[in-house]
Amino acid sequence: MMRIPLSALIGLFFTGLFFLSAIFAPWIAPYDPSAIIGDFWEPISWEHWLGTDNIGRDLLSRMIYGGRTTIFVAAAATVISFTLGTTLAFSAVVIGGWVDMVLSRFIDLIMSIPTLIFALVVLSVVPVTIPVLILVMGLLDLTRVFRLARAVSVDINVMDYVEAAKLRGEKTMWIVFREILPNALSPLVAELGLRFIFMVLFVSTLSFLGLGVQPPDADWGGIVKENKEGLIYGIPAAIVPGIAIAILAISVNLIADWVLSRTASLKGGRNG
Amino acid sequence: MIKLVIQRLALGCLLLLAASALIFFGIEILPGDAAQAVLGRSATAEALANLRAEMGLGRPAIVRYFEWLGGVVRGDLGVALTNGVDITSALADRFSKTLFLAFWAALISVPLAIFLGLLAVRFRDRWPDKMISAITLTLISVPEFIVGYVIMFFVAVKWQLLNPLSIVTANMGVFERLEAILLPVLVLTFVVLAQMMRMTRAAILNVMESAYIETAELKGLSRFEIIARHAFPNSIAPVVNVVMLNMAYLIVGVVVVEVVFNYPGMGQYLVDHVTKRDVPVVQAAGLIFAAVYILFNMFADIISILANPRLRHPK
Amino acid sequence: MSKELDHYSNEVAKGRMSRRDFMGRATALGVSAVVAESMLATSAQASTPNKGGHFSMGISGGESTASLDPATVTNDVGQSAGRMTGDTLVNVNADGTIDPRLAESFEPSEGGLVWTFKIRQGVKFHNGNTMTVDDVVKTLQRHSNEDSQSGALGIMRGISTIEADGDSVKLTLTSANADLPYLMSDYHLVIQPDGGMNTPADGIGTGPYRITSEEPGVRYAFERFEDHWDPSVGHYDTAEILFINDETSRTAALQSGQVHFINRVPPRTAGLFNRAPNVEVRATAGKGHYVFIMHTDTAPFDNKDLRLALKYAINREEMVEKVLAGYGEIGNDLPVNETYPLFDTEIPQREHSLEMARQHYEASGHDGSPIILSASEVAFPGAMDAAALFQQSCQAAGIPLEIQREPSDGYWSEVWNVKPFCASYWGGRPVQDQMYSVAYLSSADWNDTRFSSPEFDALLIEARAELDLERRFELYSQMGYLLREDGGLINPMFNQFLDGTSANVAGWENDPNGSMMNGFVGVRTWFS
Repeated sequence: MMRIPLSALIGLFFTGLFFLSAIFAPWIAPYDPSAIIGDFWEPISWEHWLGTDNIGRDLLSRMIYGGRTTIFVAAAATVISFTLGTTLAFSAVVIGGWVDMVLSRFIDLIMSIPTLIFALVVLSVVPVTIPVLILVMGLLDLTRVFRLARAVSVDINVMDYVEAAKLRGEKTMWIVFREILPNALSPLVAELGLRFIFMVLFVSTLSFLGLGVQPPDADWGGIVKENKEGLIYGIPAAIVPGIAIAILAISVNLIADWVLSRTASLKGGRNG
Repeated sequence: MIKLVIQRLALGCLLLLAASALIFFGIEILPGDAAQAVLGRSATAEALANLRAEMGLGRPAIVRYFEWLGGVVRGDLGVALTNGVDITSALADRFSKTLFLAFWAALISVPLAIFLGLLAVRFRDRWPDKMISAITLTLISVPEFIVGYVIMFFVAVKWQLLNPLSIVTANMGVFERLEAILLPVLVLTFVVLAQMMRMTRAAILNVMESAYIETAELKGLSRFEIIARHAFPNSIAPVVNVVMLNMAYLIVGVVVVEVVFNYPGMGQYLVDHVTKRDVPVVQAAGLIFAAVYILFNMFADIISILANPRLRHPK
Repeated sequence: MSKELDHYSNEVAKGRMSRRDFMGRATALGVSAVVAESMLATSAQASTPNKGGHFSMGISGGESTASLDPATVTNDVGQSAGRMTGDTLVNVNADGTIDPRLAESFEPSEGGLVWTFKIRQGVKFHNGNTMTVDDVVKTLQRHSNEDSQSGALGIMRGISTIEADGDSVKLTLTSANADLPYLMSDYHLVIQPDGGMNTPADGIGTGPYRITSEEPGVRYAFERFEDHWDPSVGHYDTAEILFINDETSRTAALQSGQVHFINRVPPRTAGLFNRAPNVEVRATAGKGHYVFIMHTDTAPFDNKDLRLALKYAINREEMVEKVLAGYGEIGNDLPVNETYPLFDTEIPQREHSLEMARQHYEASGHDGSPIILSASEVAFPGAMDAAALFQQSCQAAGIPLEIQREPSDGYWSEVWNVKPFCASYWGGRPVQDQMYSVAYLSSADWNDTRFSSPEFDALLIEARAELDLERRFELYSQMGYLLREDGGLINPMFNQFLDGTSANVAGWENDPNGSMMNGFVGVRTWFS
C-alpha cells in the first residue's frame, strides 16, 4: 500500500462526496426538488442553505438531484465511449489492413461533421430520454477516443515485443489486452479524466441549448441555464452549479493524475 | 511519401462527398422546411405554398442534392434559400473571421501548452508542475460560457477596459480587430490549453521511462536537454493529434464563445441556418467544416508517420 | 385625462399633431383654451430634440438568415429596420388613435366597405425618386396577391380590390370593416419603390434613415436621410442595429456603454439592472400575453369542465410574480385587456381556486391519465418556469398535469397549432376586432384554440361593421364573457415590454402597441 498524496485525497474526498450524495439523494435532500417553497432567488439562509432558484425551489435539493443526473449521464456516456473507442482502435491497429482503413475513415467521416449539428439533428428527431442522451453522447465522443487510442497504439504496435507476440501466434484480443493496453494505459488514463469532464460539460451544454434532461428534473447545466440571467449579479443559483461542475471535474482529474503516476511506477519507472 | 499524401487526399475527397450526403439527408429528415422556418408563426397555407414553389422545395430531395453537387463541382455554391444572399461571399466573410479568431487563439495556446507541458515534466512533482496542473485543471473544468461571462463582467462591465462584444466590421483596422477579439481569444485559449498541455506532459512522461532516456542521462546530458531533444520528438504523435483536434475545434466548435461575445463567425451562422433549414448554406458550411477536419487529421497522421522511423519504413 | 392631454401636447411638440387639432381635443376634454395654450408651450420647450450623434441598438431576435424584405419580417430586428428605413400609410399612436403618415388622410364610404387613403405628395425615396400612388398600390398588391409570401397576407385578405384614384388609393373590402386603417399600420406594409416587386430586400424606402451597410446576423448601419418628408423624426446622424441574441451579453453591452438601447431586458434581473448607473429600464404595459392554449375540439380539452378546472388551477398572481418578476398584469383568459379601445373592464377577474378546480375536474369525469402540456423556452421567456409553476398548482388541485419539453427548434411549426395543449404567446393587435379575427373566429388563420362558436362569430362580424361605438362596446363585452367562459385560452398574464436605454436617451414614450416604442426607438428618440 503506497502513500496517497494530498491532492489525490482531496480528489477522492470530493468525488466520493458527490457520488454519495447522488446515490442517497432522496434521503439527504431537505426538500422536494420540484416543489415551490419560496420567493425566487432568495438569499442563503438557515432554511435554504444555498438560497432558492429562479422560481422559488430549494437550490440545495435541486443541486443534489441535479448532480445525480449529471454524474450518471456523464459516467455512463464515458464508459460507452471509452470501452467501445479503445477496443475498436486497438483491434483496428492490430488487425491492420482494410479493417483499420474502413474503421478509421468511417470515424473520420463522423468526426468531420460538427458534433453540435449532429446532436441537434439526432436529438430533434428522436425523443430525448436519458438513455438516448447517454447513447448519443457516448457514440459522438467515441470518435475522439478512437483517434487518440489509435495514435498511441500505432506506435506500440510496431514495438519489438508486439512483433514477438504476433510471431508467437497470439490471438488478436490477447495482443490487444495483454500487450497494447498496458503500454497505452497512462496517456489513456489521463484522457479518461478529461473525457469525463468533457461529458459533464457536454451534457451541460446540451441542457444549456435546451436539448438535455426533461423538466422539472434538471442537471447542473440545466440549473445554470434556468438561472443564467443572475450570473453577472452574483445570484447563488447561477454560480453554485458552475462551481459544482468545476469541483467535480477537478477532483476526478486529481484522481486521474494519481492513477497515472501509479501506473507509471508499476511499469518500473524510476521517478514514481 | 508523395504517394501517401496523394492517397490521403483522394480519400479526403471521398470523405467530403460522403459527409455532404450525410448532412443533406440529415437536414431533410428534420421536421419542417425552409419555407415554414422563414415565415414562422405568421405563415398562412397560401404564403407557404408560394414560398415553397419559389425555393424549389417541391422537387424530390435526391434531385436537389445532385443539382447542388453539380453546382459545387462548377464552383458555384448557390444562394441562400432564406434571404437570397450569395453563399460564396457570405461564407468567405464568416470563414475569414472564424480563421482570424482561431489563428490568434492557436498562436497563443499551442506554444504555451507545449512549453508548459515541458516545464511540468522538467519540474515533475515539484511546485511548478503542481501549479501548472492546478491552474489548467481549473480552467478546463469550468464551462466556457461561465468563463466567458465572468471575464466579460469584470473586464468590460466592472473595470470598463474593453467592450464586452466583439463587433468586427468591414472598415476596421487590424489593431482594432485584435482589440475586439481579445476577450474571446482569452477564453478560447483557456478552453484548449489544458488538454494540449496535459497530453504533452503525459506523453513525454511515458517516453521518459524508456531505456534510451536512461542512456542519454548516463551520457551526462542536462535534464531539459533530454526532454527537449530525446523525449519530446518521440512523444510527438499523441501531442500532434491532440493539437490538431484542438485546432479543428477552434475553427469548428466555438459556437458558445461566438454567442457570448456576439462574434460573427461560422458557428452561429451555421446554427442559424440549421434552424431555418436553409439546406444550401448548411451544406456549404458543413463542407468547409468537414474539409477542415479532414485536412487537420491528415496532417496529424502524416506528422505521426514522419516522426516515427518504424512507421516511415513499414515492413 | 391629463395624461391624455400630456400625450397630445407632446404630439404637437413633435409636429405630429397640428395646433388646431390639439386645441380642439383639449376643449373637448373640458380644458380652457388658455390652459391648453400654456401646456403646449411647456411641452414644446421640454422636448426640443437634439440632432446628431451615433445611436447603437442591441436587439435580439435576428439571425444571419435575416432579409430586409418587409414581407418576410418576423422579428424585432426586422421590424426596427423597417421602421428606420421606411414608412407605412398610418401609424397607431400610444393612445390608440391613428397617426397619418404616408397617407395624409383617409375616409370610409359605403358604411365602411370602401376606404380611400389620400397619399402625401412630394415624399422622396432613398434612391431619389418621388413616391407615387402607383408605388403604394403595388406595395399593397405585393402583400395580397396570389403568389405573395407576405406575413401580412392574412390581414390583407378582407381587401378585394386595390386601385389608384387620382392622388388617392381606394380599397374595396369584401365586408365592411370600421377598423381598416389600423390594419394599414402593420409593420410589413412598408411602402417601397415599385412596391418592391423586383428588389424587395434592398432596404430602399421613404424612412428617416438610409441603410449604409447590411450584414445579416451581425449589424445593420444607417445614416440620416436628409430628404425625409417629416423633419420631426430621425434625430441621429448615424445609427446601427447590432444583432445580440444572448441576453447576458446584451445587458452587459448596455451597461458598459457599447450600445445605447437594448430590447428584452430579462425581467428577473431588471430590478438589479436598473440600479446600474447610466442605465434606465423602460417598462411598458402592453397587449402581449403569455398563454397556454387548448384545442377545444380535441379530447380531453373538448370537455368544458376540464378546461375550467385548468383555468381555476393556474395561479396567476404567482406567475406574474415569479415569471415576470412583477413586470406584468394578471390575465383573465381573454386575449385583450384595458389597453384596447372599447374594452369592458367590468368582466369579473377569474380567481385562483383549488376548490373550484377540483370541483370542475371531478365534474369532467377525466380518467386520471396524465394531461400533457407541451412547452419550450421559445414559447415565451420563462415558459418552462411557468409550466413548472402550473404543474405544481395543478398537482395541489389533484390534476395530473405533465410537462413535455419540446425542442426550441421547430416549435412554431411542429408544436404550436399542432399539439392540443401547449405554451404560446401573442403580441397583441391594435384593436379588439383584429385580435379576435386572427385567432378566435372559427375560420381564422391562426385559430390556435380551435374555438368554434357560431354565436361568437356572429357577434364579431356584427361588431366589425358597427359604426356606433356604444353598441360596439356592448358587442365586445358579450364576446368577452363568452370567450372567457368557453374558450380554450388560459391567459395567466400580460407581460410588460422591458427595454433598456442609456440614461442620456431622451424622447422615450411608453407605447403599448409594441416593444421598443413599437419599433420607433431609433426614429423618435435623441441624445439629451
